[in-house]
Amino acid sequence: MLILHCPYCGVDAEETELHAGGQAHLTRETVGSDDEAFEDYLFMRENPKGVHFERWRHASGCGKWFHAARCTTTLEVFGTYSAQTTAPPREICDAISGKRPGWSWKTFSARMFS
Amino acid sequence: MELENLQREDVLMSTRLAAGGRLLNRGKSVRFEFNGKHLRGFDGDTLASALLANDQMLMGRSFKYHRPRGLVASGAEEPNGLVNLGKGGRFEPNARVTTTELFDGLTATSQNHWPSLDFDVGVVNNYAARFLPAGFYYKTFIQPRAAWKHVFEPFIRQSAGLGKAPKDRDVDTYEHFYAFVDVLIVGGGIAGLQAAKTAGASGAKVLLIEQTGHWGGRAPVDGAVIDGKSADDWINNTLDLLDKMENVQVRSRLMGAGIYDHGYALAHERLTDHAPSDDMPRHRLWRIRAKQIITATGAIERPLSFAGNDIPGVMLASAVRDYVVNYGVSAGDRTVVVTNNDDAYRTAIALKGAGLDVPLILDARASGGGALAEEAAALGIRIANGKAIASVKGGKRVTGVQVCAQAGEGAVLEEIACDAIAMSGGWSPVVHLWSHCGGKLIWDDAHAHFRPDADRAPTGADGEPFVSVTGGADGAMSFSGALANADETARHVSKRIGRKAKKATPPNADDVEMAPLAPVWKMPQGAGIKLRSKMWLDYQNDVKVSDVQLAAQEGFESVEHTKRYTTLGMATDQGKLSNINGLAVLADSLNEEIPQVGTTTFRPPYTPISMGSIAGEATGERFQPLRRTPLHDWHAGNGAYWEPVGHWRRPYCFQRSGESVEDAVQREVKATRDSLGLLDASTLGKIIVKGPDAGKFLDMLYTNMMSTLKPGRCRYGLMCSENGFLMDDGVVARIDEDTWLCHTTTGGADHIHAHMEEWLQTEWWDWQVFTANVTEQYAQIAVVGPNARNLLEKLGGMDVSADALPFMAWADGQIGGFDVRAYRISFSGELSYEIAVPASQGRAFWDALLEAGAEWQVTPYGTEALHIMRAEKGFIMIGDETDGTVIPQDLGLDWALSKKKNDYLGKRAQQRSHMADPDRWKLVGLETLDGSVLPDGAYATADGTNANGQRNTQGRVTSTYHSPTLGRGIAMGLVLNGPDRIGEVIDFPKTDGSIVKAKIVNPVFYDPEGEKQNV
Amino acid sequence: MSEVQGLLRSDGFVAVRQLPLRGMITVKGDLSATALKNVATGLSGVDFPGPRECNCVGDNGIAWMAPDEILLMVTHATIPDAMAKVAATLQGQHYLAADVSDARTIFELEGAGVREVIAKLAPVDLAPDVFPPSAFRRTRLGQVPAAFWLKDNQTAELICFRSVTQYVFDILTHAARANTQVSYF
Repeated sequence: MLILHCPYCGVDAEETELHAGGQAHLTRETVGSDDEAFEDYLFMRENPKGVHFERWRHASGCGKWFHAARCTTTLEVFGTYSAQTTAPPREICDAISGKRPGWSWKTFSARMFS
Repeated sequence: MELENLQREDVLMSTRLAAGGRLLNRGKSVRFEFNGKHLRGFDGDTLASALLANDQMLMGRSFKYHRPRGLVASGAEEPNGLVNLGKGGRFEPNARVTTTELFDGLTATSQNHWPSLDFDVGVVNNYAARFLPAGFYYKTFIQPRAAWKHVFEPFIRQSAGLGKAPKDRDVDTYEHFYAFVDVLIVGGGIAGLQAAKTAGASGAKVLLIEQTGHWGGRAPVDGAVIDGKSADDWINNTLDLLDKMENVQVRSRLMGAGIYDHGYALAHERLTDHAPSDDMPRHRLWRIRAKQIITATGAIERPLSFAGNDIPGVMLASAVRDYVVNYGVSAGDRTVVVTNNDDAYRTAIALKGAGLDVPLILDARASGGGALAEEAAALGIRIANGKAIASVKGGKRVTGVQVCAQAGEGAVLEEIACDAIAMSGGWSPVVHLWSHCGGKLIWDDAHAHFRPDADRAPTGADGEPFVSVTGGADGAMSFSGALANADETARHVSKRIGRKAKKATPPNADDVEMAPLAPVWKMPQGAGIKLRSKMWLDYQNDVKVSDVQLAAQEGFESVEHTKRYTTLGMATDQGKLSNINGLAVLADSLNEEIPQVGTTTFRPPYTPISMGSIAGEATGERFQPLRRTPLHDWHAGNGAYWEPVGHWRRPYCFQRSGESVEDAVQREVKATRDSLGLLDASTLGKIIVKGPDAGKFLDMLYTNMMSTLKPGRCRYGLMCSENGFLMDDGVVARIDEDTWLCHTTTGGADHIHAHMEEWLQTEWWDWQVFTANVTEQYAQIAVVGPNARNLLEKLGGMDVSADALPFMAWADGQIGGFDVRAYRISFSGELSYEIAVPASQGRAFWDALLEAGAEWQVTPYGTEALHIMRAEKGFIMIGDETDGTVIPQDLGLDWALSKKKNDYLGKRAQQRSHMADPDRWKLVGLETLDGSVLPDGAYATADGTNANGQRNTQGRVTSTYHSPTLGRGIAMGLVLNGPDRIGEVIDFPKTDGSIVKAKIVNPVFYDPEGEKQNV
Repeated sequence: MSEVQGLLRSDGFVAVRQLPLRGMITVKGDLSATALKNVATGLSGVDFPGPRECNCVGDNGIAWMAPDEILLMVTHATIPDAMAKVAATLQGQHYLAADVSDARTIFELEGAGVREVIAKLAPVDLAPDVFPPSAFRRTRLGQVPAAFWLKDNQTAELICFRSVTQYVFDILTHAARANTQVSYF
């Protein structure tokens, strides 16, 4: 059972306090999008073996959504960060690069800040 | 001659010795009952030792062949000694006698036999053994079906299962406990104790847990001398020392059951199993988070595979020694020891020291043993090197052994009379906990066992190892080795959590020199099939060496497949004894090395834990939270027939005495339509949305326009998910310039609030909007019917006239002295007000309404009357007309979809081709021709069949009721091109094959002009 | 008008007592804004809490709920005045204040084993060095949301939703019944 640090209230919350919210950093497509882009947004999700970015909500706590960067195979947590961002911040990417050199995930990668 | 005599089984005895038993309090006698016999033991006994002391070696019958089964072990690894324990509300099957502490009044019965333990009919399976080989069940499934049904299944059913299922409700209580520590140490042997001492000295918060009721593990039995003191003295000193450390907690009868991700561990505490009590919880499940975990779980001795190794009286050498040293019980008078290592000599020496006879030690190693062998020889014990057991003599009890050379095929050299056999095939570290969370193993050739590979440890949230192993569990098989290993491990672990353990010399223990072990997987080496099919690997599940070989021969090369095919290791002991021996046989059959074959996966729990402990406090009334409205007590006292709605309990109707549920519902509808009804609507969700961008936000959330709503007015709104499907509906009231109050469905309050927060926090975080879920702040009561206004005017305090409070308006004010917010909204089609008061005043307000409404025969109604009235009006219900695949357009709610808005959640999805398909089923009313009520969920059939040969369908019923207003069945349903087919009659087959014909009609059955609600 | 229902109470190794209604106002807004801080401290008479803290004396207190939310506690009878004061002070700012007094039930737990009772039900480290008096935690208690803080080492106050009052009382009573001490802290 995972423990994630809520970056909003500072609690190290175990999974029973949290609600999993699926893949992070989706870009909303809406009226005006073509069918393919909309389908991508609505249904297509990453399923990586390794580095992954997710959304979680501290549901039985401060109620805030946050992002987590995590390894799906070892369950190592590289860091949690604000939900109010469209991309992982530099310190999170650096932390991942330190552990998983050469990582990439969709448009994000170890080279982002190099 | 001697052998002849001993073959009379009734003279063979296991018995209590005159002296000895380090765990016994011989001053305190304990009475207990086994299979109806009244027996006595001592305080400190386990049920196993007490039974042995009473010469009860036979414990039960094996699972498949019903062979007699006696004790093999003395701890958690025992495969045979399983009993039905206790009675009534404290009955428990499959209780392990070796870990059951004896108490006064204990009752136990043996399992898996009929009609009695001594005479068992199922033993016929034993003679049919060659018809029940590995994979028997799978093969039988494939054989003629008739044979399965009429021959095999009844036979298997008769013999299946070990213990009985409990019949009575558990009378005990259970609970959980959350503990957070720096270092959790599992196992209270000398390694665990030393690790706790070292880690404790670093200042870390340490929790040391031990599954049994006593400390020190095997060391005292094996005669360890530590720092010049006896093991018992060293253990007591260490416990005293740990007791003085404020940062260290030690707990016995607390078993480490499993290790999980991110330092999570479950431990099972047995508080009253050894002393039943009504006052205390029976078990407590510890939910532990540890920064680091050290497993000091020791090692388990392996049996040897020789013919007849399952006959009662054949035991692990360590167990024979435990019973003598710990409990002063002898398994037999004459014990033959058979071994491939030095440790078993300790048993011979202990037996001799207790005055018992050891006629022979069979050492499979041609070169024999080391210092301990010399000690045994000096005691006058005969030792035969390079020798083995060809076969055990006896039925329900060992009567002798046939001796052969280990190197040969089993030619009998001599026969020795004996009544017990102590066997040792070496020791396997208990790696279970290490493996639970992904720790990997390496093969240790010298000891012929798997042990943890420290380089491939389970890793935690930071990606670093969080489990370490020490002592025997790490393959440190000597006392001094285990202590040094524990000290070093604890030091290393302290460092990992940023602490430093003070330098101290680890205790020194005197170790004897041991000769190397020789792996022996079959005895003798060249045993033929006849012997191999009497060599048991898994005692409980009756898996033999020949079965594993057959599985390999039939192509089951993966160890996981072999396990399932043969059921090796699948019994309640989960292969604690059989695992390595089975692997070795499989590897041999496949001509591979053991490490290449690998092991099966160890999964938690280490030994079975009670279901009660998993449930914890969640039993009976506490099983699930039940949400009560402020009016709950009134409902309960006035005939409420409850309906669960989410976790809420809502009255379905209020039954009067002698009234059926159906009649009550019909009465409530009529009374409301004719005069006056009251509904407890408190469960409806109420969410405040406030801020400069609140209007913009609600326009995105609802399909219709909420930003244009005027303060003081209400509007019905629909919410869709991003993929277009209806998710909730309700009335929105605009409170002031930047504040709205959104009503949700009863089940929707929490998830709609979460939905709002999700969009605000993760998509539109720059919008200035706050939300608050105030559902429970209010008691909300619907006052419904032609006399609704009369009632409120009678109570007085605010103007509720049609002019002052028109349909779809709201106002704050006072009614009957209560501060209220009155909404003029209707879900029934009647003149209706929903009145919100602070929850604490809900009951008083309800009472005031009832009292003042008496002159109009005011009638509280429940959810079913609510449903019928809304269906009569053609109002949809989320969850009835919607099921997660329905869009507003399907329900004819196009009027609620704003054309002016560029965007709202779900709008883009509703433009997808399938959503815009004109052939989607659409909402209509359905009127049965015969006036009957359509079955809920019934499908309308169409011509022809589909690809699966099933009738085509063209619609389905979504809501169906008997309408008391119309005196007939009414229904709503989704029908292909429904709105274009008004007047057409379609068929709804019922489950009995008959057909109900129904006419497609407008879904509004009652007052289509809305004249009643707009007065 | 007072509630008809009596207050729940049980006495195990820790006493569980439902307290009379307390005035509670959820205030969402910019917690660093002086006006918000001042009105909260002015109404409650306690210091403004830091993250994961609750300052509370008698019925008056402030609990830190989230980076943009506090729970302001006052005596129940003063709620209308307090709401008006908040509205007047924060007028023109982006904030939300909602009276949630009746949506909550508040329990007092008293006894030396108070930490253990909570630790049987909530996945929270209650060790004295980790969770000192005035530490505040929103979490799960059994199967429902709850929040609690320690007034001192023997006394806790715990808030849950009104609808689950009986459930919370039942699980607290079960956890606190006599002879079930863990003797851990």
